[in-house]
Amino acid sequence: MLLGPSLLLSAVLFTIGVVGVLLRRNAIVLFMCVELMLNAVNLTFVAFSQVLGLGGQVMVFFVMTVAAAEAAVGLAIILAIFRHTRSVDLKNINLLQG
Amino acid sequence: MTLSLLAIQAAEAISAPEGATRWVWLTVAFPLLGFLVNGALALRRPQAKTIVSIVGAGVLVAAFAVAALIYAELRGHPPEAPVIVQLWRWIPSGSLDIRFAFQVDQLSVVMLLVVTGVGSLIHLFSIGYMHADAGYARYFAYLNLFVVFMLVLVLGASLPVLFVGWEGVGLCSYLLIGFWFGDKVNADAGKKAFLVNRIGDFGVLIAMFLLWYTLRSLDFVTITAKAPTDLVAGGGLVTAITLFLFLGCAGKSAQIPLYTWLPDAMAGPTPVSALIHAATMVTAGVYLVARTGILFAMAPFSSAVVAGVGALTALFAASIGLRQYDIKKVLAYSTISQLGYMFLAVGTGAYVAGIFHLVTHAFFKALLFLGAGSVIHAMHQAYHATHSHADAQDMRNMGGLRRYLPWTFWLMLIATFAIAGVPGLSGFFSKDEILAAAFGRGETHRIWLVYWAMGMLAAFMTAFYMMRLMAMTFFGENRTGAAEQEYLHDAPPVMTGPLVVLGILTIAGGLINLPAFAGGHHALETWLEPVVASAQAAMPLTMPHGTTEYLLIGAAVVTSLLGLFLGWRVTLARPIPTAALAPAETGFARVLFRKYYIDEIYDALIVRPLVGISRLVLWKGVDQGLIDGLGANGSASLARGLGWIGSRLQSGQLGFYVVVFLVGAVWLLRAVVR
Repeated sequence: MLLGPSLLLSAVLFTIGVVGVLLRRNAIVLFMCVELMLNAVNLTFVAFSQVLGLGGQVMVFFVMTVAAAEAAVGLAIILAIFRHTRSVDLKNINLLQG
Repeated sequence: MTLSLLAIQAAEAISAPEGATRWVWLTVAFPLLGFLVNGALALRRPQAKTIVSIVGAGVLVAAFAVAALIYAELRGHPPEAPVIVQLWRWIPSGSLDIRFAFQVDQLSVVMLLVVTGVGSLIHLFSIGYMHADAGYARYFAYLNLFVVFMLVLVLGASLPVLFVGWEGVGLCSYLLIGFWFGDKVNADAGKKAFLVNRIGDFGVLIAMFLLWYTLRSLDFVTITAKAPTDLVAGGGLVTAITLFLFLGCAGKSAQIPLYTWLPDAMAGPTPVSALIHAATMVTAGVYLVARTGILFAMAPFSSAVVAGVGALTALFAASIGLRQYDIKKVLAYSTISQLGYMFLAVGTGAYVAGIFHLVTHAFFKALLFLGAGSVIHAMHQAYHATHSHADAQDMRNMGGLRRYLPWTFWLMLIATFAIAGVPGLSGFFSKDEILAAAFGRGETHRIWLVYWAMGMLAAFMTAFYMMRLMAMTFFGENRTGAAEQEYLHDAPPVMTGPLVVLGILTIAGGLINLPAFAGGHHALETWLEPVVASAQAAMPLTMPHGTTEYLLIGAAVVTSLLGLFLGWRVTLARPIPTAALAPAETGFARVLFRKYYIDEIYDALIVRPLVGISRLVLWKGVDQGLIDGLGANGSASLARGLGWIGSRLQSGQLGFYVVVFLVGAVWLLRAVVR
């Protein structure tokens, strides 16, 4: 019954992910930070499922599925960008500027 | 459909059409066919003048033949009630069910005969008058179309059908006044006629709305049947309806204050002036008052207004006619003045006298205008031959023409005597009847004695200015110019022929309603009795009899002869200078010559303020300021501003988006958790 420490760990992981998304410019790192946030949430689900039933664990499978799909699409986009600009630095990618 | 028709016929006491009456629509269809053919020729083969002449005048003669057949039939079997010829359901809308129907009764047949009869003669005259004109086919197309609408006007069984004709004749009047639209003056004159008439048409529309509101019907038969029971005699409603109707009549028939368009309408070809602006269209107002006589009879105030405006117009226009030099302008003011007489008659309740004067006036005024047309034709040809630019319509350039145009001279002299009221001629009987009726009405209210006095004074002026016209045109020394004199001659037979027929009608026209003292039996009055009976019952007329009648006739004859004599003496007292050498008018003559400055006053009081308001408020303020500035450009600026703000938000930097997203997510979370 490590509910408290588990939630603390997932909060720390999620915060690291958010800060990474906010601060890093490398698209790959940014992507990894997003994955970190997803997995922090997964940890929360698993932790709570010990108290509230198996629904949380079922949800984790959904999150993993979506994360896999997202990774596939996201990596493909990053690859395309890299082929186009020879860089994955998001600072140089501002085509949508108004 | 048939059942409902039968029900209507049972309820409103109308007769079913039979015999020739069923074919009354042919009188409209023939000129319409002429319009289509001539219109097509005007667009495709403007030089095919022979076929245009045959079609243009032929359809009118055919229509006149049908009208004569209908008259003969009605004369054989006078219908108890008006015959309604239903053509189609025009506006079926809820309880408003307007049928396009023609009403054939004693009144509309009289108008039918006048319009097609005088119309035929003027069409024939036009063949000669317009023959050299480049717009020959177009002219006949317009003229045929005018007759179509005029017949719809006089035959319409309900106010909306009448209104179609009413507007249509206005359109044709506009087209024909501006027939020579190459000159801006002519186009302006057409526009003026159209706009002034629009004021009157507004009155007719309001009157129609009020009638529908009160009587739930616009058919003349129903109006005549229902008005005595459903409307309060002398009440505000019937007074309002009749005053609005009269506003329309004042516009169409050129009465004060809307008469100003008619003198300018002389810009059109002279046969047009004869047909539209003298014999037929301008009498539509008189016809409308007679047609809705029951309403006017129930509104004594409106009747007094109609008679008063008529008497005032008769006097006012006649006084202007005293000092005009353009031969057509004199006749135009004469027409306004004579229309005033007709309104004096119908306002007095003498509907038959009004229609009688309408008919005789159609004869002698058409004759005068066509005679003037012959004179202008001759003058124009003479000046054309010598390449002179002198005014072919100015009487100061004429003089002594009786030697060169004997036919025209004698025929116009007959018409002059008729309009002046020389005993025995048509105008004498009709004018005398109007003045006698006004005098008789004086028993009920003294104002009518004033109207009678105004009518007498106008009669004197009429005789004076007509004799002045004759003296200046046909007597004295010729002032056209020595070189021009050999080109002055009478018009060809196709033009003189109609003049002769009109001359006979002018002499004999009085026979249609010969009074008892002249050995007649008031034939027209007997004929129209079924139509005007209900109005006459609501406003009985007392005609003077015995000594009073003879005294009135004596006074009228003396006035007329005195006017003729003075007109002759004063005009020929001293030599008349030609237009180019004439000195400027002085004193009151100048006021008369400038037509009391009414056009200038209207211009200053109405036209200029209206143009000013339109320019400053409507154009600069509303159109440019509100609609263009705020509406069109304003909404565009607003969209652009909002778009600028939106585009600033799109930095293109992912980090920025994430921050915004995060702030939003936290804010939402806070709202959920709380």
